[in-house]
Amino acid sequence: MLKAQVEEVFNEPGCSTNRGKTDKQRKAGCSKPLTPGAAAGGCAFDGAKIALQPITDCIHLVHGPIGCEGNSWDSRHAKSSGPQVFRTGATTDMGDLDVIYGGEKKLYRAIKAAIARFDPPAVFVYQTCVPAMIGDDIVKVCKAASEKLGKPVIPVNAPGFAGSKNLGNKLGGEALLDYVIGTEEPQQTTLCDINILGDYNVAGELWQIEPLLARLGIRILGRITGDARYHDVTVAHRARISMMVCSQALINVARKLQERYGIPFFEGSFYGVTDTSNALRTMARMLVERGAPADLIARTDALIASQEAKVEVKLAAYRERLAGRKVLLYTGGHKSWSVISALQDIGMTVIGTSVRKSTTEDKDRARTLMGDDGQLYESLPPREMYRMLKDGEADIMLSGGRTQFVALKAKTPWLDMNQERHHAYAGYAGMVALVDEIDKAISNPVWAQLRAPAPWEPSLGEGD
Amino acid sequence: MATVVNARKALAINPLKMSQPLGGAMAFMGVDRCMPLLHGSQGCTAFGMVLLVRHFREAIPFQTTAMNEVTTILGGLDNLEQACLNIHKRTGCRIIGICTTGLTETRGEDLEGDLRLIRRRQPDLAEVELVVVSTPDFAGALEVGWSKAVAAMVGQIVRTTALSRAQQINILAGSHLTPGDIEEIRGMVEAFGLEPIILPDLAGSLDGHVPDHHIGTTYGGTTVEDILAMGASVHTIAIGAQMRTAAEILEAKAGVPFTVLDRLTGLSAVDGFVRLLQDISGRSAPPRLRRQRSQLEDAMLDGHFFFGKTKVALAAEPDLLLALSCFLTELGAEVVAAVASVESPVLAKVPTDVVTIGDMDDFEQAATARGAALLMTHSHGRMVAERLGLPFFRVGFPVFDRLGAAHQRTVGYAGTRDLIFALGNLLIEHAHEAEPGDWALDDEPVTQGGCHASVAAH
Repeated sequence: MLKAQVEEVFNEPGCSTNRGKTDKQRKAGCSKPLTPGAAAGGCAFDGAKIALQPITDCIHLVHGPIGCEGNSWDSRHAKSSGPQVFRTGATTDMGDLDVIYGGEKKLYRAIKAAIARFDPPAVFVYQTCVPAMIGDDIVKVCKAASEKLGKPVIPVNAPGFAGSKNLGNKLGGEALLDYVIGTEEPQQTTLCDINILGDYNVAGELWQIEPLLARLGIRILGRITGDARYHDVTVAHRARISMMVCSQALINVARKLQERYGIPFFEGSFYGVTDTSNALRTMARMLVERGAPADLIARTDALIASQEAKVEVKLAAYRERLAGRKVLLYTGGHKSWSVISALQDIGMTVIGTSVRKSTTEDKDRARTLMGDDGQLYESLPPREMYRMLKDGEADIMLSGGRTQFVALKAKTPWLDMNQERHHAYAGYAGMVALVDEIDKAISNPVWAQLRAPAPWEPSLGEGD
Repeated sequence: MATVVNARKALAINPLKMSQPLGGAMAFMGVDRCMPLLHGSQGCTAFGMVLLVRHFREAIPFQTTAMNEVTTILGGLDNLEQACLNIHKRTGCRIIGICTTGLTETRGEDLEGDLRLIRRRQPDLAEVELVVVSTPDFAGALEVGWSKAVAAMVGQIVRTTALSRAQQINILAGSHLTPGDIEEIRGMVEAFGLEPIILPDLAGSLDGHVPDHHIGTTYGGTTVEDILAMGASVHTIAIGAQMRTAAEILEAKAGVPFTVLDRLTGLSAVDGFVRLLQDISGRSAPPRLRRQRSQLEDAMLDGHFFFGKTKVALAAEPDLLLALSCFLTELGAEVVAAVASVESPVLAKVPTDVVTIGDMDDFEQAATARGAALLMTHSHGRMVAERLGLPFFRVGFPVFDRLGAAHQRTVGYAGTRDLIFALGNLLIEHAHEAEPGDWALDDEPVTQGGCHASVAAH
């Protein structure tokens, strides 16, 4: 069953990369085989958890030994505007006897205890490697628990060995399609209801967007899954359109919402001024096409004009300080290009970007934006990255936590662009925040001190 | 002194415990030019890596055999072999520390057989030590994995020798010691003219220094050559009960006698260590240490006011739990709630009524029920502290929301003094200031008449 689901999400017809493949290539799947001893990244379970845990009023129960939850809980920065239940670390903490005798009964008791203790609207149960290997049937246990305990108990079948984090995102999405979306009805609907897919409200980024939407009278009906309550996911089938934010992570959900419920979707980004404006325009146009009042388009244009003018003023202050400074981007996905245009807007030069998790379209966009000066990196070994930074080829690196210390040990400014980040960079406000963080990093006086020779080293001027 | 109770619940809420393979890998991180390798799914390594990076704020060399669905069924030999070759080729490491995981242990991989095959097939790996530790996620905890990894290194690498170096001693360092602690221990040992070989030596690798070129493995820590030479030491000092097994193996293998010190925090515990160093070295304690002891005495005099009768709730791995609970008790505080991650012989020695083997939820409930005024555990206790509104002191691993976790020092005279000041300051900051209602007579019956009645008569 898991195998069939994995094949299906790999076969995703909505994915632009897939459309360019032959049948045989598609069948082979999109995850490159991992190289033992040279791999770095999360597993399918990690991906599923990232995609679903932002549902804030639910218990997310991990069925497995302690490594899966004990080593990972409370490490993601999805924010909630209300319930904090989702931050609870919950696991069956399987011991050796559970491995020998099977963990299904313990899982059932754990679900029961979680409901008794926290009274959540639903419990998500995550499968992991060990119980999957010994044949614990979490689908069966969840079904029995749902019936007996009278609450939705949703199995998320994405054990770590199934594949990468990206695959796990999609399998998490499948669980929503199979068990959650369409199970409840909204109290009321409007012609301006949308779904946002693939934004997890990391560092509160959704809150940088919601005021813009609210000003236009657009309502986020289906939240998948940033700052969601369980109910917000169940009613996603009643939205007029979907916006898919994080590149291809939840493309399967977007496409199936279209197939099953006739909800059209578009892919967009809230990183950078241009992209934010484009996303708002597309959203307004599509809503109007589906019957929203036609003046939405004019109101959107007016809001964009006003916001862009305000941001322009705010960014102008930085342009003088940052123009001509060189940036190395090491992120992936849609950020590989969406941030480029943002940085170019203030006159910075992007000397290279990684295109690790990017689609062909992502790469083309990045290539066009950077022109001949910039490099596209499928991978950049840490040693080479260190050399580039040590040699001063970039003034700052924007990347994820994994490469943070390559930059810092090379005594080069660094900024977190990954899901562990603490700062919100979305929308117009986020753009100003991003530029301010870059300025803060680059202009800090520590760099000059750190690069100065130690007392026992010859000073730079000596020997001239 | 304490009764040990295992909570044994179906649902663990807010785990205190972390897994064995992570502990094993951490121990390997205290060895120079090493690459720790988890034999499991890539997520096993990714989770551990994130936690280690957040705690140490350092690049963490850490690899995975990246087991997938097919290799989980067919067996992981090829993945293990490829991983060793790739790591060796890419990093030029001296040692690869291989820890199994729940995945490979459930499958029942024959690791020793696999390694023999790899050795036979891959002459290029001849110069690399390959150390294997069995660390399933479904048993033990971080401390146990650490202890097993050190035992495996000692068992496999230490060379048997007739040589004995009079000044050389072994220090087996438990998982509860920070790089700052190890630096302190090294200083104390060297002050007696002794040359310590410390295993693992996180102070060499993860003390947060800035190397002048990029290195793909650990940089610093115990060298393989040092481990080889441990058999020539005159004595082994194991710090933490978790290090006993490794000390026993070392004695059986190379005839090095050993002493296990349960803890190195608190005046009496440090005195025991110093006496031992005096005996081994034949030297009396140098003036600097005597001065430090005197400073600690003074810190105890100044600080005890704030500790007396303070109710403390503690949650930690066993050896750290023992060290801290004894320290607190010796300053007059009361340990009213004690939660441990896993069984250990030291838990019975914790100076309190009951030690629960459980999670942060057990910790939260016990702290509430017993009226704790101070919480001490790792950073995952932050939500408990928020909910209970109590002062919170972060100790152990992980500490990911404060700077300088690697340099938090709690051992030796100086470390104990630092700890008294840090904790004492927290208690001073949260001391209760008198309020008018503090002495209200709740339990006296209210009587009518008297003075009130006479006022009314005017």
